[in-house]
Amino acid sequence: MAKVNIKIEGFPYEVDEGLTILEAAKRCGYEIPSLCTYNHGECSQGSCRVCLVEVKGARGLVAACVYPVSEGMEITISSPKAAAARRASVELLLSNHSMKCQQCDKNGHCELLYAAQITGAREDMFEGAKTPATVDQLTPSIIRDTSKCILCGRCVERCKNAHGKGVLGFEKRGFNTIVAPAENRSLANSPCILCGQCVSVCPTGALTEKSEISKVDEAMAAGKYVVVQTAPAVRAALGEEFGMKIGTAVTGKMVAALRRLGFKKVFDTNYAADLTIMEEATELLGRMKNGGVLPMITSCSPGWINYAEINYGDLLPHLSSCKSPHEMFGAILKSYYAEANGIDPKDMFVVSVMPCTAKKGEKERDQLVTNGLRDVDAVLTTRELAKLIKRSGINFNKLPDEAFDNDIVGDYTGAAVIFGVTGGVMEAALRTAYFAVTGKEHDLIKFEAVRGFDGIKEAELDLNGTKVCVAVAHGMKNAKVLLDDIRAGKSKYQFIEIMGCPGGCIAGGGQPFVKPQFLPNEDIDILDTYKEKRAAALYSEDEKQAVRQSHNNPQIKELYEKFLGEPNSHKAHELLHTSYAAREAFKD
Amino acid sequence: MAHLSEAAVAQINEICARYADEKTPLMMILSAIQKEYGYIPLEVQEIVSEKTGISVAEIYGVVTFYSYFSLQPKGKYVIGCCLGTACYVKGAQQIIDKFSEILGIAPGETTADGMFTIDALRCIGACGIAPAVSINGKVYPKLKVSDVPGIVEEYRNMGGAN
Repeated sequence: MAKVNIKIEGFPYEVDEGLTILEAAKRCGYEIPSLCTYNHGECSQGSCRVCLVEVKGARGLVAACVYPVSEGMEITISSPKAAAARRASVELLLSNHSMKCQQCDKNGHCELLYAAQITGAREDMFEGAKTPATVDQLTPSIIRDTSKCILCGRCVERCKNAHGKGVLGFEKRGFNTIVAPAENRSLANSPCILCGQCVSVCPTGALTEKSEISKVDEAMAAGKYVVVQTAPAVRAALGEEFGMKIGTAVTGKMVAALRRLGFKKVFDTNYAADLTIMEEATELLGRMKNGGVLPMITSCSPGWINYAEINYGDLLPHLSSCKSPHEMFGAILKSYYAEANGIDPKDMFVVSVMPCTAKKGEKERDQLVTNGLRDVDAVLTTRELAKLIKRSGINFNKLPDEAFDNDIVGDYTGAAVIFGVTGGVMEAALRTAYFAVTGKEHDLIKFEAVRGFDGIKEAELDLNGTKVCVAVAHGMKNAKVLLDDIRAGKSKYQFIEIMGCPGGCIAGGGQPFVKPQFLPNEDIDILDTYKEKRAAALYSEDEKQAVRQSHNNPQIKELYEKFLGEPNSHKAHELLHTSYAAREAFKD
Repeated sequence: MAHLSEAAVAQINEICARYADEKTPLMMILSAIQKEYGYIPLEVQEIVSEKTGISVAEIYGVVTFYSYFSLQPKGKYVIGCCLGTACYVKGAQQIIDKFSEILGIAPGETTADGMFTIDALRCIGACGIAPAVSINGKVYPKLKVSDVPGIVEEYRNMGGAN
């Protein structure tokens, strides 16, 4: 890469050619106030003017985010003229912004408020009309409030990348411009898959999750038997909300906190992930043996299920009929567990802590009601759990490490832990499928080919002479490639794992925000590395487990012996399997 | 897509195919559809989205950005009143108000019988003959408010709605 010599604040630096002033300054140790420093090309419009700097010889001030560095360039960030212009830019944004900051869900994570702080912007400098606002609260997962939107377009770009096509866009013109689904519809009546990636990148409170903390409060107050389960990805990120380095696993402290929050039992969804593997691997082998529909595709990710039902109604028979792990757990808790412990399942209230906003919608599906009861009653995201902990006055960082409850359910294996990262479900399923067919454990345990963050990964496994081709995709843009091949009859795979969010659950729409301006102790490339760091926390927990294959989980064996019979039995189907239905992209 | 006839779907597919090799075909496709049908409803945008791979949200954004595109069917006669600077200072507001008064509709609306639509246009590039009105491409120069009733009558006499 060719280098150029520039000066910032009079100091000489050598930087890569082709960088913008904003990027170059960041590498030289300067932080130019901006609303997109950290957005990774998810806005390149240069329209907000928050990053104006002085460049010697240039006509007027330039926007650092779009202006490339060149040989001999002299940049001044601190001049009063540039500082005043930046402040005015933020003040103009504030003039058309709903300033109800105290009750805003993004309070503490708001990039606009941060920009206002460091530029010294005042909220009432420009008084005038405000763009007519829309507040859309119709989906179970996401709230869209255009009065908080600064039209940066980051959600539009992220949605395009995660969803494949994109649900959000700019509409209308000039002062009336808004970011919305077509016709400013509710997300509920659009092709939105509720993955929440837009919430993750929105710099303000324009896109937020729909909180269910009050549902949990009400269940506790009503004296329900409230149990909680946590997905694997939650432990890999929850610590970030309490100032810990990204990649710190906080399993023990999380369990301790949940006990102190008053949950009767604290379970690990991993138990049910092992159960999912038993059901799913059996289903796969059955389809392969009996000429069933192949490739079979995993069904753990509700964002992906939404996408399939909206866009690939014709391919639904390819989906595994397995419920997702937390739904399976709910069904088992309200049957097997309730029965064994003399609890009336009607009094039981199952809370799932998930890295996911789409899970909130999933739990409300008609297909996930067993014996008249919802399998899961409330879903909190990782961020909501952090709020609950903070609200309750618990000093998370000082908590002792405690272990999950484990009586007749709760035990889990290393295979289950890695569900939280792209390729994990596949790897866990292969470990068990290999054993089911060959009668012995795979020597390696690790299936490196399905690890990592390539958009599409593939592997081949020899099962007693039968070659099994598998593929893993994360993010719908990648999944679409595999799905179009299936539709065209060109797919060479027998088994495919698809996760809605790029990176899998560790980077789910319900995970703590990764906003580098609030993470001064992380590396400057943290946006490129945070997924790997969170994934590493899960892979190391897998390696620490004595048992690393789902079929060797003793409690799962017992569950089949005492209650379900065998995988895919009639009873297992009643409790652990579900169905799907095609639906329209734009509902009237 | 329940509201579209098979023939319409086929024609929209044909229009999309016409520009399949273009690098950025969206504006051309939308222009052709606007010209053919007079408006571009959501159902049609869904077909264009399917054919081009561009999201409906983005297509809707383009349709609502340019005033040339319309989401609603327009009347048989589209009265485009220029409200650009030159026309405006020459009294274009009174002209458009008169059309509104006679037809009983606001700018952007279409009469119930489907005959007339009034569009408020920005500069149409005819400042030398301000104030100007363009009806289905025919330009009326240096209009006076008193000319308006006659023009409406002229089109009423020309024939009914589609």
